[in-house]
Amino acid sequence: MSDSPLSSIVATQDQLLPGGWEMIVGLEVHVELATRTKLFSGSPNRFGDEPNVNIDPVTLGLPGALPVLNKQAVELAMRIGLALNCRIQRCIFHRKNYFYPDMPKAYQISQYDLPLNADGFLALPSGTVVGVERAHLEEDTGKSTHVGGATGRIHGSDYSLIDFNRAGVPLVEIVSRPDIRTSEQAREYVSELRAILEVIGASDAKMEEGSMRVDANVSVHKPGTPFGTRCEIKNVNSIRALGRAIDYEARRQIDILDEGGTIVQQTRHWDDAEGRTHTLRSKEDADDYRYFPEPDLVTVDPSQEWIEAVRAALPALPAARRQMLSELTGYDTQSEAVIVVVERGQHEYVGEVVDAGGDAVRALIYVQQAFAEEGAQPSVPAKDLAALTVLERDGKLSATQAKTVLADLVTNKGGDPVAMAAAKGFEALDTSLVDGFVDEAIAADPDAWAKYVAGDEKAGGSLIGRVMKASKGKADGKIVTAIMQQRRGS
Amino acid sequence: MATTSAHEIAAAVAAGKISARTIVDEHLARIDARESDIHAFNLVTADAARAHADQIDADVKAGRPVGPLAGVPIALKDNLCTHGVDTTCSSRILQGWKPPYDATVVSRLRAAGAVAVGKTNLDEFAMGSSTENSAFGPTRNPLDLSRVPGGSSGGSAAAVAAGFSSVSLGSDTGGSIRQPAAMCGVVGVKPTYGMVSRYGLVAYASSLDQIGPFATNVADAALVTEIIAGHDPMDSTSIPQPVPSLVGAVTQGVAGMRIGRVTDLPRGAEPEVVAQLDAAFAALAAAGATIVDVTLPSLSYALTAYYIIAPAEASSNLARFDGVRYGLRVPAVDTNAMYGATRAQGFGDEVKRRIMLGTYALSAGYYDAYYGKALKVRRLIANDFNSAYENVDTILMPTSPVVAFPFGDKIDDPMSMYLCDIYTIPTNLAGHAAMSVPFGTGAHGLPVGIQVLAPTLGEVAMFRVGGALEIAARSQS
Repeated sequence: MSDSPLSSIVATQDQLLPGGWEMIVGLEVHVELATRTKLFSGSPNRFGDEPNVNIDPVTLGLPGALPVLNKQAVELAMRIGLALNCRIQRCIFHRKNYFYPDMPKAYQISQYDLPLNADGFLALPSGTVVGVERAHLEEDTGKSTHVGGATGRIHGSDYSLIDFNRAGVPLVEIVSRPDIRTSEQAREYVSELRAILEVIGASDAKMEEGSMRVDANVSVHKPGTPFGTRCEIKNVNSIRALGRAIDYEARRQIDILDEGGTIVQQTRHWDDAEGRTHTLRSKEDADDYRYFPEPDLVTVDPSQEWIEAVRAALPALPAARRQMLSELTGYDTQSEAVIVVVERGQHEYVGEVVDAGGDAVRALIYVQQAFAEEGAQPSVPAKDLAALTVLERDGKLSATQAKTVLADLVTNKGGDPVAMAAAKGFEALDTSLVDGFVDEAIAADPDAWAKYVAGDEKAGGSLIGRVMKASKGKADGKIVTAIMQQRRGS
Repeated sequence: MATTSAHEIAAAVAAGKISARTIVDEHLARIDARESDIHAFNLVTADAARAHADQIDADVKAGRPVGPLAGVPIALKDNLCTHGVDTTCSSRILQGWKPPYDATVVSRLRAAGAVAVGKTNLDEFAMGSSTENSAFGPTRNPLDLSRVPGGSSGGSAAAVAAGFSSVSLGSDTGGSIRQPAAMCGVVGVKPTYGMVSRYGLVAYASSLDQIGPFATNVADAALVTEIIAGHDPMDSTSIPQPVPSLVGAVTQGVAGMRIGRVTDLPRGAEPEVVAQLDAAFAALAAAGATIVDVTLPSLSYALTAYYIIAPAEASSNLARFDGVRYGLRVPAVDTNAMYGATRAQGFGDEVKRRIMLGTYALSAGYYDAYYGKALKVRRLIANDFNSAYENVDTILMPTSPVVAFPFGDKIDDPMSMYLCDIYTIPTNLAGHAAMSVPFGTGAHGLPVGIQVLAPTLGEVAMFRVGGALEIAARSQS
């Protein structure tokens, strides 16, 4: 990650930390690609199998075995690059040499100075734009389990077990520029990135299963001065933990600097239970990876036709989906209803409901509230939901009644809302009928009416209660209020 | 049947004139008689060879089709993976390892009917020019037991020279097929990089390694090359092109061909070797070729560049031998100590020397000065060759500057040993094709090899010249 000496992006006053400190954060996100097979061999890329079943000579790095690049992995990586506005370029692979028992070749095949995707950006829903330096392909390592000992780490353990199922699984490492200024932005970046990865089918992006792993580079400085020394935070296993870890680390660094100390460049381990970071290793202990071009692989030079074909096949990204819903409903792109419905991929369904003559706002709210368990294609036919929104909009059903019918629609995977309402005994009340109930209520409690006319809204509430009781709950509260306000002359 | 010609054996076996079993038994008998003196093999797979021969004979009898190498005994360099059969690279660190798969070349040869008789000795991990660096003891030159067979594929060269197998496979990273072929008086071919799949070849220097055959004659070498060549989806660097007829090229003659004579060839060849090179040019000119002077000014830097690039790749390729998953494991107090002890005991001195050289050359702060510069030299050498090939079809030079030398002559002087490969290394750096053809004798009456170099996929031109040299050599003697 390259640090520019002076920041071009400066935190706003309310984003600065106490004492006028500014945090500088860059994120490295590893995502496992949802390919059928591994990056360099035909073994299945599958999570959760028995240990050491998805292996072969290439995965185990047996002498004489050679890697062959998985085209689907390149294509998924290109999707990520295009979704992050990167330049897709001619690229090569390098060997990153270091010893670790779960890395069977003693080198990782990765990309170094010529990554597949370079120089992109990610626009967050809040408007912040975070630069993406690169998004490169590499292979995952095996998974070590250290048995015995207190920490679950290799030091002090009795023995270690290695599962090579994960070795050779394709990863894309997405490296942001140090453009993030608050832990909220960091969380927003990862949420939006995850939404994009899911939408484009590149990865299931589950932090808890490790198919998405986030490391944070954190430093602090005073605006207008060079960036401070950074520390890399590892073992952040949820978006919430990311925010906590960054805030903790910035605080830790500020405390040291306030006391006249200096920050030592380190890799630090986030302990979520303790809520703090620990030293993992310092820069002096860092491996010299002795990168050099991987002689067993050839240059990858995606043709313009291939790039354009991948671009053309990209679905609408979350930002575009939110924009579409916003235009349809008038709701803000950052409103919860819009964000939730887009996350579930149900934005197109809302569009179908509107196309079927439905009311856009009610369609959005119904979907947000009642379809949490449904996928991108809810089981309720769009025309049925459209009919329900119309019944409510036209005052044929009260909001409460509509909600009851909606629940029935979900349970029955659709149906005719008119018939369902009738079966529940919900009659479409017309205004003249409600007028009659209002007359009766005023006659029954003239004192309350006088108080209401004088401006006592509470008194109005008791009159509405009488109307609802008389109509057996079928009157729409909003309509009753409107009639009473009209008569009062307000 | 006295012959060991692969063409003749395959024809006779396929026609039912002689059984594959008889052929194999004859070769095994020769191994029994002389192997204890020569030590060409790390392992002789006599039982498997006899069983395979019997199967071929059954196929012939039943009228089932047999391959173009039916019944031909072949020896495999012990850095080629053989399913369920020890593959050691002549290193203690791989002792006892039985690969769970066959190298692509091994599968192709088997499918063609070739019968593997054993795994041949080599300089440990193919690092050396005399086969003295084997952990299991040196191989002796069948033509003079006091001398080395060359290396690193010394066992494969000796096996063919001694009649232990009709043909054999070696690997050539800086001359490891051509140089021992020259010293043992047999034909050795290093095909174009990417022409033969490296899948299943235990890597020394991946960007330079290439598998190729040894044979007693040029036509057999061409036949084996045809069979092992061709695209393999398991090797990304394998060239996706059909293989031309190479056997046909051997008898085409050289009339009208342009053969390059390098006027600025690095010096150091023995005078007898230089004399044979001159004789070879004269013979080719007499056969109708035109001799054209060419220059290769970057050639003198080849050895230096090679001894950066090859050790650098080797340091990475050999890092996986850590005692965890296969081969030798030397127990120690913890994992790091186990790695150290295993590698200290498992690797020989030359391997350690190259691992250290390569690790250093790739280290932070040294990369540009060493590895980066070596890559530039590599490009210059390729450019030099490509300029030369604008005017000539092939280039002729000695294979080795010296004939087979006595044991111990160079083993304690790495630079003098490295100089044995001065004429072979440039081809590997350029990724081109080259072969060594026996051509007369030099000092002590020992064989001299003449090297025919050709550009990428220039194998047809190379075998035409190789065939003509063979005819000239026979008529001379």
